[in-house]
Amino acid sequence: MSPAIRTGDVGGTLPLVSKAETEKSFFDSIHSWLVTVDHKKLGLMYIMYGLFFLLIAGIEATLMRIQLAFPNNHFLSPQFFNQLFTVHGTTMVFFVGMPLVFGFANYLVPLMIGARDLAFPRLNAFGFWLSALGGVLLYFSFIGGEGMAGAGSAPDIGWFAYAPLTGKAFSKGHSTDYWILGLMVSGFGSIATAANVFTTILCMRCRGMTLSKMPLLAWLNLVMSGMVLLAVSPLTAAQIMLLLDRFAGSHFFDTQAGGSATLWMHFFWIFGHPEVYILIIPAFAFASEIIPVFSRKAIFGYPAMVGATVAIGFVSVSVWAHHMFTIGMTSASNTFFAISTMMVGIPTGIKIFNWLGTMWGGKLRFDTPMLFCIAFLFQFLIAGLTGIMLGAAPFNWQLNDSYFVVAHFHFTLVGGFLTMIFAAVYYWFPKATGRRFSETLGKWHFWLFVLGFHMTFDTMHIPGILGMPRRIYTYEAGRGWGVLNLIVTLGVLFQAIGILIFVFNLLRSARKGPPAGNDPWDAWTLEWATSSPPPEFNFAEIPTVKSRRPLWDIKHPTDPDWKYE
Amino acid sequence: MISPWMYWMVALVFIQQEALAGEKTDPALVPSIFSPESAPAHAVSHLAGFVLWITGVIFVVVAGLLVYAVLRFRRRANDDGTEPAQIYGSGLVEGAWTTVPFLIVLVLTLATARVIHEVQDARKPAAALDVQVIGHQWWWEIRYPKLGIVTANELHVPVSQSSDRLPTFLELRSADVVHSFWVPRLAGKTDLIPNKVNSMWIEPERTGLFLGQCAKYCGTQHAKMLLRVYVDTREDFDRWVKEQQELAENNPSAAAGRLVFERTACINCHAVNGTVGNGRFGPDLTHLMSRATLGSGALMNSAGGLRAWIKSPERFKPGVLMPAMNLNDGDLDKLVAYLTTLK
Repeated sequence: MSPAIRTGDVGGTLPLVSKAETEKSFFDSIHSWLVTVDHKKLGLMYIMYGLFFLLIAGIEATLMRIQLAFPNNHFLSPQFFNQLFTVHGTTMVFFVGMPLVFGFANYLVPLMIGARDLAFPRLNAFGFWLSALGGVLLYFSFIGGEGMAGAGSAPDIGWFAYAPLTGKAFSKGHSTDYWILGLMVSGFGSIATAANVFTTILCMRCRGMTLSKMPLLAWLNLVMSGMVLLAVSPLTAAQIMLLLDRFAGSHFFDTQAGGSATLWMHFFWIFGHPEVYILIIPAFAFASEIIPVFSRKAIFGYPAMVGATVAIGFVSVSVWAHHMFTIGMTSASNTFFAISTMMVGIPTGIKIFNWLGTMWGGKLRFDTPMLFCIAFLFQFLIAGLTGIMLGAAPFNWQLNDSYFVVAHFHFTLVGGFLTMIFAAVYYWFPKATGRRFSETLGKWHFWLFVLGFHMTFDTMHIPGILGMPRRIYTYEAGRGWGVLNLIVTLGVLFQAIGILIFVFNLLRSARKGPPAGNDPWDAWTLEWATSSPPPEFNFAEIPTVKSRRPLWDIKHPTDPDWKYE
Repeated sequence: MISPWMYWMVALVFIQQEALAGEKTDPALVPSIFSPESAPAHAVSHLAGFVLWITGVIFVVVAGLLVYAVLRFRRRANDDGTEPAQIYGSGLVEGAWTTVPFLIVLVLTLATARVIHEVQDARKPAAALDVQVIGHQWWWEIRYPKLGIVTANELHVPVSQSSDRLPTFLELRSADVVHSFWVPRLAGKTDLIPNKVNSMWIEPERTGLFLGQCAKYCGTQHAKMLLRVYVDTREDFDRWVKEQQELAENNPSAAAGRLVFERTACINCHAVNGTVGNGRFGPDLTHLMSRATLGSGALMNSAGGLRAWIKSPERFKPGVLMPAMNLNDGDLDKLVAYLTTLK
């Protein structure tokens, strides 16, 4: 290894103490995870937390799909079905999406910018435990809360919880309060961690890493954490107002006393739409790191990628009311939000073309992470195009709140976000565990999941076009929706098997996989310069970089990047 | 290559042409947004077709490039292990793929703005029929203020001919939470929001039954807040109006049942014009038997259906706000006998 980068290998293996002294008991090891402030351990805890809730929310989705497989089905009661889609949506966004986003930001950002930890390690632990508490509060409502009259427990207000359905008059009991508190508490955690990541990227980069030499993943996480600060704050404010409505007799959203139902919609979507980009920008970040490595080429058009991300960040805070085209806004407002929504297509298009440009002329290796990236490109393209359909306001008057919308955002969040989470888990698994996963099982996971995904979500567009609204626990026969819904449900089976293979592969490979070495993918960013798993201090010596691909420079001393950037 | 677009088109054609195996589907009752029968739905459907074409072409081009890249640039078996040429970007190419999407977006926004204006800013002709629709958990109150009619869940409107246009303008309100009025073949949806008055219009050009339902989650029985729109010929509509304007028939043979209605909790929520019942919390029953369904589409309306519904609404619509009335069998029979006279 060249003197430019010193790896952390020496740190973990100095034989200063005997093996018996370093071996920890089970409880010591649990204790070390509970009190840790190490960004890698917290990152892994975030990720494991997110994957755990992914399984829970996946089971909820499966139950709903069984109920909808046939018209007039009686598998679930309407009350329980309504709780399921409320908790499924809330869990997926706040307790799967956000923890996975922050988990990868936590684990990767310091390693990729050559730092020893986040800027505020204790705040980091605080943020994680707050978010974790939020999820516990939400699920505690299943036993602790009581929903709308006769509706048992757990919130049944939908994940966007439109007022005045959330008022005391329509949601008695405490399940709605658990929903409010769970989101509020985890929101504080998100704000804390976002501030932490933002500060870390701006202040903790290693020598030589100017803003224009940061890996794209760091840039995209910078934009993402800035957006969290902007978006989660109004949501938290709205939750406080709703709590005041429910407990202190205020009337912000209480329409029976002159409050406004549309005020909640504005508050929720000024959070809700940037939130979608908060989730998808890290997916872009993974694609921007993984696609170059498996194409064996530098990212195509780095400055344009950064510019496009920042542009998405800005435009994303001016599109929220495209969720509200049907609430009776003026034609001028509708036109404004239609235009701003379609404008998002331009920077997003630039990104897709730049990834294609990166692959163009490369030597593509189809390992599991790259397979997921290719599926992501295909699926995200479709998600973007159905997004343009939904952005055309009159088309939206028909499609809004139909199954077409459900299909569209699952293309974004499952076909886009979750697909890239799989890619990222496979790509960085050898770094985090020091072991390789089974490539065969990875490919089984990929093909089953992609097959199931397309069976479910390609088909799901059509009932929406045929007039099927979302959030109905059952539907009438004779409307042409029955067979389609059955196909949608059958697709779930393949996705579920794929996910089980994924979990099995991770659990088994983490214990029995062959050693991975420091740099199994022959990659170029700093995290691959240290050992796998990295020592607590990441780098024995803080590295100095001269280009965006420091390891390329080392591997190709005669043809380094910094000559061209 | 099979694109989702082709898949969707094949599936849509298949569903609309032929009844699905095992499920008897009357194509006329499938509420597809692509078989419009009313002016605003036509406008949306035209725009939708245009957007589908453009996005379809984008899909074919970009997905084609992706497939080509995957096939053409895969690492070959005889690869020499060297790295490919490193290319960091190209101002010209990147400029091109910024400009072209920009132009596409420009065209799409212009087409969109035009249809927004066409539908939302349409002038209301003096002859237009006015109807108020008020959303309740989980049923529709329908009022014709100029005609003095109050009914529920089933909207009757006259057909509009090109020689003699007669659109219907709906004023939308909510009595409790947010609902959404959606009959896909007649128009896009518009929400019914408490403390806010919304409006929309339809102009059906064909007679018949058009199905729809509430499109905004509004609580436990959101799924069974179904909506029927009957588009009648002018003569049929006028006859319907005349019948609805009459007081309820006072049929002496049903006097005992009427007494049950007037002396139990029924009248707390339900009204029958010409009786003491003037409750407004539930649907108006003055011409109950002129409607095809009960419980906002939960079951078909008939003497047997009525009896079962009054005995246990929960059985057909779990969570419904109407309680089981706990009448004894004798009273129940009398009540049903009375209600079936409300034609």
